Amino acid sequence: MLLVTGLALSFLYPLFLAVWPGWVRGRRAYWTAAVPALLFLGCLQAWEQVMQGGMVILDLPWAPSLGVSLTFTLDGLSFLFSLLITGIGTLIFLYASAYMKGYADSARLFGWLGIFMGSMLGLVWSDNVITLFIFWELTSISSFFLIGYYQEDQASRQSARTALAVTGLGGLALLAAGLLIGQETGGYGLAGLQDLQGLLTASPLYPLIAVLVMLAAFTKSAQFPFHFWLPGAMKAPTPVSAYLHSATMVKAGVYLLLRFSPSLGGTEWWTWGLTAAGGITMVYAAWQTLFRTDLKALLAYSTVSALGIMVFMTGWGTEAAIKAAVGFVLVHALYKAPLFLVAGILDKVTGTREVTQLAGWGRALPFTAAAGLLAALSNAGLPPFLGFVGKDLVYEALLAQGNSVALWGMALAFVTNVLLLWAGLQAGLRPFAGKPAPGSGRPLSPGAWLWGPPLLLALLGLVAGCWPSWPGNWLVTPALRVTGFPGREAALALWHGYGPVLALSAATLLSGALLAVFIQPSATRSQRWMRWERIAPEAVVHAGYRVFSTAATRITRLLQNGYLRHYVFAVTLFLLVVTAIQLVPLLADGQLPYRIAAVTVYEVMILVMMAASIGFTVFTRSRLVAVASLGVTGYAICLLFVFYSAPDLAMTQFTIDTLTVILFVLVVFRLPRYLTFSTPAIRWRDGIQALAFGAVIFLLILAVLAEPVTREVGDYYARNAYLLAKGKNVVNVILVDFRGLDTLVEISVLAVAAIGVFGLLKLRLKPTEWPEK
Amino acid sequence: MEVLLALMTGLLYAAGLYLMLRRSMVKLIIGLVLLGNGANLLIFLLGRIVKGAPPIIRADANVLTGLYADPVPQALILTAIVISFGLQSFAIILFKRAYKVLDTDDLDQMRDTDDL
Repeated sequence: MLLVTGLALSFLYPLFLAVWPGWVRGRRAYWTAAVPALLFLGCLQAWEQVMQGGMVILDLPWAPSLGVSLTFTLDGLSFLFSLLITGIGTLIFLYASAYMKGYADSARLFGWLGIFMGSMLGLVWSDNVITLFIFWELTSISSFFLIGYYQEDQASRQSARTALAVTGLGGLALLAAGLLIGQETGGYGLAGLQDLQGLLTASPLYPLIAVLVMLAAFTKSAQFPFHFWLPGAMKAPTPVSAYLHSATMVKAGVYLLLRFSPSLGGTEWWTWGLTAAGGITMVYAAWQTLFRTDLKALLAYSTVSALGIMVFMTGWGTEAAIKAAVGFVLVHALYKAPLFLVAGILDKVTGTREVTQLAGWGRALPFTAAAGLLAALSNAGLPPFLGFVGKDLVYEALLAQGNSVALWGMALAFVTNVLLLWAGLQAGLRPFAGKPAPGSGRPLSPGAWLWGPPLLLALLGLVAGCWPSWPGNWLVTPALRVTGFPGREAALALWHGYGPVLALSAATLLSGALLAVFIQPSATRSQRWMRWERIAPEAVVHAGYRVFSTAATRITRLLQNGYLRHYVFAVTLFLLVVTAIQLVPLLADGQLPYRIAAVTVYEVMILVMMAASIGFTVFTRSRLVAVASLGVTGYAICLLFVFYSAPDLAMTQFTIDTLTVILFVLVVFRLPRYLTFSTPAIRWRDGIQALAFGAVIFLLILAVLAEPVTREVGDYYARNAYLLAKGKNVVNVILVDFRGLDTLVEISVLAVAAIGVFGLLKLRLKPTEWPEK
Repeated sequence: MEVLLALMTGLLYAAGLYLMLRRSMVKLIIGLVLLGNGANLLIFLLGRIVKGAPPIIRADANVLTGLYADPVPQALILTAIVISFGLQSFAIILFKRAYKVLDTDDLDQMRDTDDL
């Protein structure tokens, strides 16, 4: 119940902020952290039930006919993520309260952070593919608004759009995958899905489902070639980068893969897909860090690389590998978030994030430096930090595979770890070491609210590393159970004994340290590298986007060019082609009734008169003749109505036709002759199109006349006109009685037209309103 | 006879469309009127035509019997005639005003207000 309240709170809190944005300004701002803190305590309190195998938080039928229910459960895997979301969330909220001080609309940031937190919790608690999808999209949307928080900055808006486009694409893939799974298994529930693993993997749709799930996970977790939105997302305020784009949201993809691993995993598709994407991503992104000098860009690429490691390990699917992936989720959150927060402090205090310009700040910012150092050492995998444990898990799992593919994977992981170690040292150590640059005076102290959260997180990484059995037993083992493994006790350990794993760890440390000594971040190197960016996935996507938008502009110019006659031409041409495709085969069949039977002389005379007057209307060069022959056409139709049993129509047509002609004559009789505006070629083109359209209408009528007719409605009125409405003229009765309301509305239309006519006639323009001649 | 009437409807549509594709505003309005007439005739034909049997109940009867024209299309067309009159009269008066102010019948010169 506490959790439901908390979830509701995190969605209601933004509403509260919308009404009272002043709440997060000034000292009161620190209270915003109460929302995530409350949820954190709520999750902790559920610990006992989680250890016993999970608990149902809420179970509400939502759309029972579709098999969609609002079911939220908290099991081992979601417990780990919930603690990360709410725990790191609390610290981020505190940090952001200090970081955003002085921003007028910080309420907007906290509002979206609240929505994000609620959605992310909903995502990891969802026990239903459809609700999972909805919360998945909600995290994408809140991420969009947070990346674009600096609305006035065009680059921010651009990055936000790119991120939304990429993650939104993945969201659609997730929905498609969910629907296919529902079609195969007959339900959308996640619980018990692992029992259907055989059914799912044997299905002919399995490759499609697997690819769609992977697409969703890879876009969210920024895997190559979809990784480019994440470095772009660094346009967001730093608390957002640390929270969404490092610690929580980007891990939603990993969460999805872990969640589906027992039900979809264990196949060639799954193993190869995940290991290939993860392997490429981890090496590619780690390599990219060498060429970044912006602290946040450097950290973004190292985050992408770390996500690559998690996906890579999930792909192997063994107990040790999954344990490494789950462990790495925790390890990474504890060191990467502080590194981001430290970068934010440096940015705020020194005004730059260029790592080449930062040195010697350790003396001025001792606590920040401590946080950075601790996080960098955990990242480096130095014992007894938790990072050491995490790295060992990776090596151990790969070694246990014992085949040549895994050995290649091991080589990739080694290279990645060395490069990541280098990146961590640049971000956490380099800005504080060495001599301060000349001229950089003593900065303002950042304050405990800024350096406290990163220091606390980094210390947690140290403490958890010293006693790894605690996070192992309480967080990793329950999560492992969810993914289908028994999960032995003491899942994590600091000391694994002498062996190849220890040697690899030592080699990693040594190589990373040597790399840090010999290779410094350099602006020239990064600039030289930038020319390769032209063929990077991001550039390709943007080029495609430009082509798309240019094409769209051209098509719009072509079709929506503001000339009414072009619209009419395009619309009728389309109609012509579509109808002709249907009608021409009928013509060939000879099923249309061509017979001309029972024609009297006067009918033919009327038709001839009509055809002649139409011809005059079209071809005359005098407006008055055109209007007069228009009147003749109307009278001819009037006569047709008389012959064919429609006296009411005849009367109406006669009246209206007369009125129209009089009105027309009054207006046009003084105008000069027509001018010819168009060339003969255009007139021929229009003439052919018009005749073809008339021919299609002719064929359409014949085709309909060949079909039997139903007169149920007409017969109903004929039977009841007198009995129900006491009228003998059935047409009149329909208009004024059966469909009386329609007629009332019709009269209103006429009234509106009359008001318009009256207004136009009475309008007197002021001299200034006349256009210049 | 239906075939001839169908031909006439097609002719009305063709003439209406051709006039609507012209640049003159008067032709546009005339085209619209012709197209409207064509549409009315189309509905009339599709409801099937009957000679000499209007849908009016005889003075000594309570229901329509025997052969009679379908009253529903007739009611629809009656509505259409009246509505199109509203449209036409408004368009004609609008043209009158536009011509008075702009002194042109050319739709292309009426595309925007600033260039005149």
